Amino acid sequence: MSTLTEAPPPLTPAAPAKKPPRRRGRWTPYWLLLPGLLWLVVFFALPMIYQASTSVQTGSLEQGYKVTWHFATYWNALGDYWPQALRSVLYAAAATILCLLLGYPLAYLIAFRAGRWRNLIMILVIAPFFTSFLIRTLAWKTILADGGPVVGALNTLHVLDVTDWLGWTAGDRVLATPLAVVCGLTYNFLPFMILPLYTSLERIDGRLHEAAGDLYARPSTTFRKVTFPLSMPGVVSGTLLTFIPASGDYVNAELLGSTDTRMIGNVIQTQFLRVLDYPTAAALSFILMAAILLMVTFYIRRSGTEDLV
Amino acid sequence: MKTTNDSGGDVRLTGIGKTYGAFTAVHPLDLTVPQGSFFALLGASGCGKTTTLRMIAGLEEPTTGTVHLGDQDVTHLPPYKRPVNTVFQSYALFPHLDIFENVAFGLRRRGIKSVKKQVEDMLELVQLGEQARKKPHQLSGGQQQRVAVARALINHPKVLLLDEPLGALDLKLRRQMQLELKRIQTEVGITFVHVTHDQEEAMTMADTVAVMNAGRVEQLGAPADLYENPRSTFVANFLGTSNLIEAEVDTRSGDDIVLRAGGGKLVLPAARCTAPTAAGGKVLVGVRPEKISLTHADDAGSIPEGRNRITGTIADASFIGVSTQYVVDSAVCPELAVYAQNVERDGRLVPGAEVVLHWSPAHTFGLDADQDIDAGVGSVEEEAA
Repeated sequence: MSTLTEAPPPLTPAAPAKKPPRRRGRWTPYWLLLPGLLWLVVFFALPMIYQASTSVQTGSLEQGYKVTWHFATYWNALGDYWPQALRSVLYAAAATILCLLLGYPLAYLIAFRAGRWRNLIMILVIAPFFTSFLIRTLAWKTILADGGPVVGALNTLHVLDVTDWLGWTAGDRVLATPLAVVCGLTYNFLPFMILPLYTSLERIDGRLHEAAGDLYARPSTTFRKVTFPLSMPGVVSGTLLTFIPASGDYVNAELLGSTDTRMIGNVIQTQFLRVLDYPTAAALSFILMAAILLMVTFYIRRSGTEDLV
Repeated sequence: MKTTNDSGGDVRLTGIGKTYGAFTAVHPLDLTVPQGSFFALLGASGCGKTTTLRMIAGLEEPTTGTVHLGDQDVTHLPPYKRPVNTVFQSYALFPHLDIFENVAFGLRRRGIKSVKKQVEDMLELVQLGEQARKKPHQLSGGQQQRVAVARALINHPKVLLLDEPLGALDLKLRRQMQLELKRIQTEVGITFVHVTHDQEEAMTMADTVAVMNAGRVEQLGAPADLYENPRSTFVANFLGTSNLIEAEVDTRSGDDIVLRAGGGKLVLPAARCTAPTAAGGKVLVGVRPEKISLTHADDAGSIPEGRNRITGTIADASFIGVSTQYVVDSAVCPELAVYAQNVERDGRLVPGAEVVLHWSPAHTFGLDADQDIDAGVGSVEEEAA
């Protein structure tokens, strides 16, 4: 892009020199970019650099920390906390799958069947955001409380026997078990699944459904061969928007879980705020980030969404 | 009604109608489309033609009446069980599938395994063999239109339904595709039901045209028959242009009716009059602009006896190459249209000139004066815009 703004090379008289644009205009695009760049530097680049340097420091709170390029922190952190990291991925994946299973039918309903109720249902989907994340999660503590109606119903239906056996719940209670944490994650991130799903479903031309029906596809086949493939962009962005924050979340595990359900987010939080082992906390943050980046890249490659629309 | 074997592809609509709440989209109508014919439903937007088509396709449930394909009652069959296929307006090609898979879609849904040969042949028929692995958005409008036709035709439907299939194309491409579709229809011999608002398109392509207006079939017939013998002012104005002159029945002489219009007399064959012809009754006398000859008032004596004649003044003349279109103001009727072939041009026929319009009584038709004289005029202008 700089060729246009540079003066023409003087030694090629044959080239009919295009008049270079006025010098004053040359920097305008960069000036316009400046606020955004500043924002990125202050809120993204600087914290990242600071964290990166923290993760390779050694020392103690009393004597101060020094950058010693101590990469062993990473290996030690991974060695100590891999179970929590793995658990994070599993819980986040389970919550994402549950969100997809719950969110897809709802998004489909809003996009194609809701008619005049569409806006109302959309508001209901977004409404939980009007109260605090923390309050809502605390509410689940009551919902899933021992002896509460949910646990009672699950007990009566002998569902808890099955989940006990699977290891998702323990001793006829739901609270402080993996199930409770996954339920909390699912609940909290469901809107992030529904909104992108709805957007991509709503964009599908209704005549494509008619065309598929006209070409001998029964409704279930139309869904498999036309609707679902065309909603893939929504599925991909919805799962990413759910999985990424869910795998770093610590509130749900903190409030609904127990020491056996600690996720990587809880570890980082404890390291930062209680143990005050900043290098380990920073290293764990970077490990989480790298892991998510890898998984997401692999996922996007596999789903082949760049081919769609 | 007993049907014979070769009526297997007939489309029979019996008392079929559709209402949405208080709005009647299609008044109950009976229609039979014979097998192998190219049938056009013609009308302005909102006249119920597309709704009728969608009821045949099964995309719309009729409020009353039945749909038969041959001997089979398909009224309550869902679209995927009907042996008909549709070419949708703006095509509705599957954007995530390539051209080959779009065309193969119907075959695959019916569980046919080896589709390669059939799809290739079909793409060859619509001259798209090279494009098989492209996605729909990579093709031009005309190519997409041919894919839509191929995707429907490959299933060998009993009836192919076309919903304004050429509406999105520019004029030149549209003319080309009209001929193409006509060629394909002749080649495959399948019944085509074609919905269009373009009267020229309907007349060029179809064997039979049903002109629809406000949810009713106004008239049905061969294009030439509709044009020459319109039975309502809507058809007279919607198909081409008509001059409609208000006149009063004077006497009846043999097979002819003599009418008074202004001071003069007009003769109309009784067989071509759909209006009641009691003496003193009102009749609209119709004549097509190209049937009228124009003679300068000075030469009025050279006009043969027995022709209908009206005197007037040329208000406007526009030269359009093959013909010249005149607008003539007359005491009996303002703004009469006259199309004259540019064979021998009379230099005196310029705006302001006194002229005599004359035509053979055989080219006159009579309509009931009890209807809106301008019905269908606006629709024509709307389409031309």
